[in-house]
Amino acid sequence: MHPAEALFDALLLLSMVVLAWQGVHARNMFRAVVSFMMFGLLTAVAWVRLEAPDIALAEAALGAGLTGALLLATLGRLKPERRGARLQRAAKLSMLPWLALGLAGTMTLLAVTLALPAPGLGERVLSAMPEAGVDSPVTAVLLNFRAWDTLLEIAVMLLAVIAIWSLGQDVLASTSRLPAPSLPALVRLLFPLLVLSTFYLLWRGGHGPGGAFPAGALLAAGLVLALLAGARVPERMTGAPLRCALAAGLLAFIIIAVGVMAEGGVFFAYPPRHAPMLIAIVEIAAGLSIGVMLTALFLGGEPTDTQGGST
Amino acid sequence: MTVFYFAGALFLLANVVVALARVLRGPTAADRMLSGELMGTTAVAVLLLLYGATGIEAIIDVALVFAILAAMAVVTFVRRTWPEDPAVDNEREQT
Amino acid sequence: MSTIAGAILIVLGLLFFLSGTLGLLRFPDVFTRLHALSKADTLALGLVCAGLALHADDGTLQLKLLLIWLLVIVSGATCSSLIARAALAHGIRPWQR
Repeated sequence: MHPAEALFDALLLLSMVVLAWQGVHARNMFRAVVSFMMFGLLTAVAWVRLEAPDIALAEAALGAGLTGALLLATLGRLKPERRGARLQRAAKLSMLPWLALGLAGTMTLLAVTLALPAPGLGERVLSAMPEAGVDSPVTAVLLNFRAWDTLLEIAVMLLAVIAIWSLGQDVLASTSRLPAPSLPALVRLLFPLLVLSTFYLLWRGGHGPGGAFPAGALLAAGLVLALLAGARVPERMTGAPLRCALAAGLLAFIIIAVGVMAEGGVFFAYPPRHAPMLIAIVEIAAGLSIGVMLTALFLGGEPTDTQGGST
Repeated sequence: MTVFYFAGALFLLANVVVALARVLRGPTAADRMLSGELMGTTAVAVLLLLYGATGIEAIIDVALVFAILAAMAVVTFVRRTWPEDPAVDNEREQT
Repeated sequence: MSTIAGAILIVLGLLFFLSGTLGLLRFPDVFTRLHALSKADTLALGLVCAGLALHADDGTLQLKLLLIWLLVIVSGATCSSLIARAALAHGIRPWQR
């Protein structure tokens, strides 16, 4: 490894530690949020350095888009006196003990990792690839070999939406009334591109980095941008249609998981000859559903019929 | 050539680390947001250089995702975080 | 030949990134910083994209690089206008000598 490469990694690590520290302990909340967003950007770069482009893609789509938007919108909802307030100094500890703790934890983790058998499960995944129904090992793990985990992840997301919606109404009313004439033009340009890249990533998930999570995050970014530009949830979409869209991913997943039991008698054991089609259905349903769920999180409450207007 | 790309990426990263001073100093929320924007553009450039160094094509897709979402944070910030009423805007000198 | 030209473009781009950061750190108020940062960075990224496009021999890749630059131009310009308007509405007065 050339010194420039090693130095790059070292500086990347160092700036991530500093930003993470700022994200937790900055004196003002806005500073903490900006630091955390920057941390997200660097995390994606770090995943690229670790040669994990799939995770980098997901981190880029979520970290650069939805996470920041959620935090910034939440900041806007806080009462001004709380927003400006210094963060609670719960831990008046200096950075040093935490740094030591982090270092010790990393070392332990490293020792444990080195003690594990070297290639991990990689070889077993690769040897099972012919039956996976997709060409990308990552997608094969996510939607076939360990589809059960993904099913539960989507269920957790749906639960989060239900929990947030049960807290109150949506918060569209708090949109700033500052004149922003260039914003609708930007959104008109970006929205189709974001929808296009959603489907590009869904399609690409079958044979390369991509898949339902980054695709859903891009779809949600498009929808959130539209909301920020002043669009409203169309009235005919509120209520049952929206709830169906939210649940579609989970429903498709469960129906297929139970459906394949008719053939093999095992939960989630796709018959190999149908696997490509079944995985495609699950991936598309999950991707679109994740997009709608993330947007629902941003709405912060169930949209009501009374607001009028439409997209 | 690989070394050239890595040196470039290192330069960009050092550049953005120096710019972090603006996040600390502020003074207004908009100034902090500006460093966020710089970080976004720099991240795209760093990824492009890393692609040049490694040749992993998926990196370009990651850079594309960054580029397409570049406006997201600022739009949310302007529409939601920074209320238009100057009366409630007393936080900004507070650092 | 194109290798050297690409490398020169990339180095130029890096210098523009540096000048953007200098502006961000040294200029007196948010409007001037905005002016320094958004223009220098957009140009810098364009130069880096162009340099890499010269190094690449694959049309799809060059198209993607062009798309990245166009996206950053559009987002950068819009965001600058949004931030400047918001800052004005907040009563931040442009710096005067």
